[in-house]
Amino acid sequence: MNKLKVGIIGSGNIGTDLMYKIERCDSLEMSVMVGIDPDSEGLKRAQDAGYTVISNGIDGLMKQLDLVDIVFDATSAYAHKVHSDLLTAAGKKVIDLTPAAIGPFTVPPVNLKANFESSNVNMVTCGGQATIPIVYAISRIVPVEYAEIVATVASKSAGPGTRANIDEFTHTTARAIEVVGGAEKGKAIIILNPAEPPVIMRDTVNALIKDKNFDEAAVIASIEKMVTDVQEYVPGYRLRGAPQFDGQRVSVFLEVEGAGDFFPAYSGNLDIMTAAAAKVANEMAKELLATKA
Amino acid sequence: MEKKSFEILDVTLRDGSHSMSHAFTPQQVRETARGLDEAGVRYFEVSHGDGLGGSSLQYGLSTHDELKLIEIAADECKQAEVSVLLIPGIGVKGDLQDAVKAGAKMVRVATHVTEADVAAQHIALGRELGLKTVGFLMMSHMASVEKIVEQAKLFESYGAEVIYVTDSAGYMLPQDVTNRISALKQSVGCEIGFHGHNNLSMAMANTVAAVEAGATFIDGSLRALGAGSGNTQTEVMVAVLDRLGYQTGIDFYKIMDVANDVVAKYMPRPQEITGSSLIMGYSGVYSSFLLHTQVAAKRFGVDERDILVELGRIKAIGGQEDLIYDVAQRLAVQI
Repeated sequence: MNKLKVGIIGSGNIGTDLMYKIERCDSLEMSVMVGIDPDSEGLKRAQDAGYTVISNGIDGLMKQLDLVDIVFDATSAYAHKVHSDLLTAAGKKVIDLTPAAIGPFTVPPVNLKANFESSNVNMVTCGGQATIPIVYAISRIVPVEYAEIVATVASKSAGPGTRANIDEFTHTTARAIEVVGGAEKGKAIIILNPAEPPVIMRDTVNALIKDKNFDEAAVIASIEKMVTDVQEYVPGYRLRGAPQFDGQRVSVFLEVEGAGDFFPAYSGNLDIMTAAAAKVANEMAKELLATKA
Repeated sequence: MEKKSFEILDVTLRDGSHSMSHAFTPQQVRETARGLDEAGVRYFEVSHGDGLGGSSLQYGLSTHDELKLIEIAADECKQAEVSVLLIPGIGVKGDLQDAVKAGAKMVRVATHVTEADVAAQHIALGRELGLKTVGFLMMSHMASVEKIVEQAKLFESYGAEVIYVTDSAGYMLPQDVTNRISALKQSVGCEIGFHGHNNLSMAMANTVAAVEAGATFIDGSLRALGAGSGNTQTEVMVAVLDRLGYQTGIDFYKIMDVANDVVAKYMPRPQEITGSSLIMGYSGVYSSFLLHTQVAAKRFGVDERDILVELGRIKAIGGQEDLIYDVAQRLAVQI
């Protein structure tokens, strides 16, 4: 056995996009798609692709636990608590794509391997995945007193879960800016833009640096290096213009174009979340398989 | 000859925050609040211009904690009640709970005109806390009448008691206002409000159109202090509505006094229609972009009108202040 079996709970936007990312991971094998609506697009696609489909939610999955080693949860913060308790008790690894934030936050280019021991790993939020690498890129060079991010996503790419959980998005992202990004204080803002044709995900990072004197060139180099690191798993992750400096304030403008797996390329917000989660699980699987061998 | 009763809601201490670069002092708030209360204004709003939690590098940091300012304003109220603005995605439910502890009695939950469904939990909380709860549809010019009706029905289903048509860009003409307010009067049970901006010098005409179409909540600001070219001027509105035969319940001399003796003294500049605010009204750009655009234009050496035209073209919406710098930077490269 050289791959771990994957289950995905939640057959909405995120779960379905994730399915395609899993298919491209060398140490993961897509196994089960779990939903609660038998007519959902995600379940149909999983069925067509030949995967096991469960349409009665977590209850159904708990009866077929041998089908999964790692379970991704792309439902909601409220449902996740229940799912996580059941699955971790059964010895499964859980990767949480909701803003529930039960397990430690993971942002691949910052702390990819830090939480492999944990039974539940949280992927923060789409805005967090897009911006926390940049906050960290600054804070690893100079102490950051405050970092604030603004994520603008196309309305069409924000599903009902995101909309109902908008406060959880801002809370979770803000906390991860501190815990993972290394800023002393974090703040997050999200904007849904309904323009047609839909807008590509855009993110702005504004940071206040603690020291009056710092090496601008080193900060820029660190940011550019980080962008390259993120591009390894999200090729459409780009800087828009050069980082701007105004005294102790740094502003970084980004855009995230998705791979266009389930959703069109403008939904970089979905893409960076699923790509990051797949990357974490794939690396985790490699390590688990190596220990077993 | 009372035609009907309605409420004038003064937004000087919230929309005016944009013009003041979010630097209202406790003293300014206290004197304005006292004047509004004494003049008989029933509701007035106090918050960062972008609502609770708006203090940020993106929109401008507040020089004074808005909760403290709300508390000061509430302390001056003998009959009036303090409203707060909450934009989901910027402010959170905890901010509203804090504002209520500071004395807020009303909340206006604001979303872009097509995105009402992000506000369900905040409107529910407003009702649960016993607040007068309002749904505020920003940039209403960007949606069709049908879309506005659909979104208003969502707000109503979450528990909103008043729904506002908000002309954030000062883009609408009176007929646009009449069409939207009339459609809402026919399709939803709650009260309807109107919030205008004066970028095309239409704020008063639009306000009259809204009242005639059945709006029962109307926003204004003293000396028009607000984003862009400001709002419908509260004290002028009192005079106009009186001439039209409406009862506002507001003391005409007293409202003029607070406008001229208090607000005019601290205004950084008159609320005139400049080239930039005119472009905003003409191309439908969010009014609070004005001062940020001036800063960006200076910084990157480009014409602020070019920035605004481009923002209108790419359909920027409220809250996207970061886009201003991005656009300015790109225009500078093209020069």
